[in-house]
Amino acid sequence: MPFDVLKDTAEYIEESLGPAILGYDIFRHELIMRARREEIARVLQFLRDDRECRFQMLVDITAVDYPERDERFDVVYNLVSLRQNQRIRVKVSAGEDTPVPTVSTFFSCAVWYEREVWDMFGVSFSENPDLRRILTDYGFDGHPLRKEFPLTGYVELRYDPEQRRVVYEPVELVQDFRRFDFLSPWEAMTDVQLPGDEKAVRPDHGWRDPKEKT
Amino acid sequence: MVANPKDIGDESVEAADMVQERQIKPYLMNFGPQHPAAHGVLRLVLEMDGEVVERADPHIGLLHRGTEKLIEYKTYLQAVPYFDRLDYVSPMNQEHAFALAVEKLLGITAPERAQYIRVLFSEITRILNHLLNITTFALDIGAITPALWGFEEREKGMEFYDRVSGARLHANYFRPGGVSMDLPEGLSEDVFDWAERSVSKVIDDLENLLTENRIFKQRTVGIGCVSASEAQDWAFTGPMLRGSGIPWDLRKAHPYDVYERMHFDVPVGKTGDCYARYLVRMEEMRQSLKMIKQCLEEMPEGPVKVDDFKVAPPPRAEMKRSMEALIHHFKLYTEGYHVPAGETYTAVEAPKGEFGVYLVSDGTNKPYRCRIRAPGFAHLQGLDFMSRGHMLADTVGIIGSMDIVFGEIDR
Repeated sequence: MPFDVLKDTAEYIEESLGPAILGYDIFRHELIMRARREEIARVLQFLRDDRECRFQMLVDITAVDYPERDERFDVVYNLVSLRQNQRIRVKVSAGEDTPVPTVSTFFSCAVWYEREVWDMFGVSFSENPDLRRILTDYGFDGHPLRKEFPLTGYVELRYDPEQRRVVYEPVELVQDFRRFDFLSPWEAMTDVQLPGDEKAVRPDHGWRDPKEKT
Repeated sequence: MVANPKDIGDESVEAADMVQERQIKPYLMNFGPQHPAAHGVLRLVLEMDGEVVERADPHIGLLHRGTEKLIEYKTYLQAVPYFDRLDYVSPMNQEHAFALAVEKLLGITAPERAQYIRVLFSEITRILNHLLNITTFALDIGAITPALWGFEEREKGMEFYDRVSGARLHANYFRPGGVSMDLPEGLSEDVFDWAERSVSKVIDDLENLLTENRIFKQRTVGIGCVSASEAQDWAFTGPMLRGSGIPWDLRKAHPYDVYERMHFDVPVGKTGDCYARYLVRMEEMRQSLKMIKQCLEEMPEGPVKVDDFKVAPPPRAEMKRSMEALIHHFKLYTEGYHVPAGETYTAVEAPKGEFGVYLVSDGTNKPYRCRIRAPGFAHLQGLDFMSRGHMLADTVGIIGSMDIVFGEIDR
């Protein structure tokens, strides 16, 4: 999609919705808009119904977890306009106990997508008619796609021949889960003080802590 | 003589009682999770009024493996095989989406020959997928023969997978930056031969067997109707959307790789019922055959992966001689490459619909978040409104026509 078209669309939306939009960004020819959480339903309804926009299909709702932030989740809405052959991505931030208004009242497909985000991240959606877990087991505890949830999970399941049913047990690993630190002097550690390398020239911005992510 | 029931007081009270009794006794039926017509592990809780479905509540997640979580712990290259295991009847299209997403973030494009190979195998995959779907759909509603014919052809198609990647199903063939290996000798001729003689004949046979078949039409025409606005509202894509009369195909709408050069038509259904979706898939297979032949005719010579050893491995022979190549190889398969920070939503037209990858990179060698948008997830959600008011047996037909595979829905 040409840059100008995206920019025009973004500016038009920003103008029409005013303070509900917090800003926009165009990255790799994709339009990303930030919106206020409380206004998300109004924003998406506008995007769907406005004659200039016609983003009639809500292709996807998902979330991204940034644990170091105050409101740790970004809820991401992907919309597509079949008429204009254009895509838009709307993001709102949400915390663990700040529910996002549902959009399932006017996008029928949102019910399951919101259920999935609730199941995987624990972001709740107010007024969603059916906010049950969807992918995890009945009675599952926790939200697996949060960054602090371990990859191996907490419980594993097996068939117990004595009780003649499937039972849950705490995970026992024969070998520890291995995570390698791939930060290496090859490229990523040029501004890290390595042991035995005290005579190296100190970069202008100071030494970087090797544990922090680049 | 039949009297007007209103004239007979007692009987009308009795009839009203019966109606009331039916209303307060909803019949709950559990369908699956192990049922041959559920196309995998679908548990369906059906609220029935006699044999008529009043509400369908699909319970999914029985095949949930946490793919998105696993990918966060793997390098970009190690994440590719997970995409084979999503929709395991169309593995290469999904690798395609991931490869394109990573290429977009890295800012590279695959060489031309690689793009042709990718389109070629995407279209082979589409035929394999539709062969499975149409034949099992027919099997669900009572026709056994198509499955026997279709699966034989599928087996031949998977042989091409085998020859090009070494695996019949989980190919791991498309990589960010190209494909893993060039086509082996003689493969192009065999694919051409297959497209020209073998599979086109089977498609004709299926057409003869099903399209005007009275039983097949009885079971599909007017069943599971989806209007154009409903299809958009429920985020249907692929044949589910085109069956309802909307000409929307990502290969045309925003072409990726060399689809821009391909000559093909997008078939569109008129009625939005199971029969229209069947017809759309049949025609798509013929269009795919056209594209396969065009790819084979136009495919240029040249490299099949980018000429950047930071992303694609160096040739085997060079590794034996060049120290630098050896180091590159080692670094690539241990650390992998670092992808610049950013995010992208890249979608391809998989046989089932829009398969999208929303990739968030934080500049390290592993994805920060990899969201997989599976077409079947949205389709299955629509089962409730599609099967409402239909007979139980038609629910099976509707599931068949949706092209459900649980690998991608449960992820």
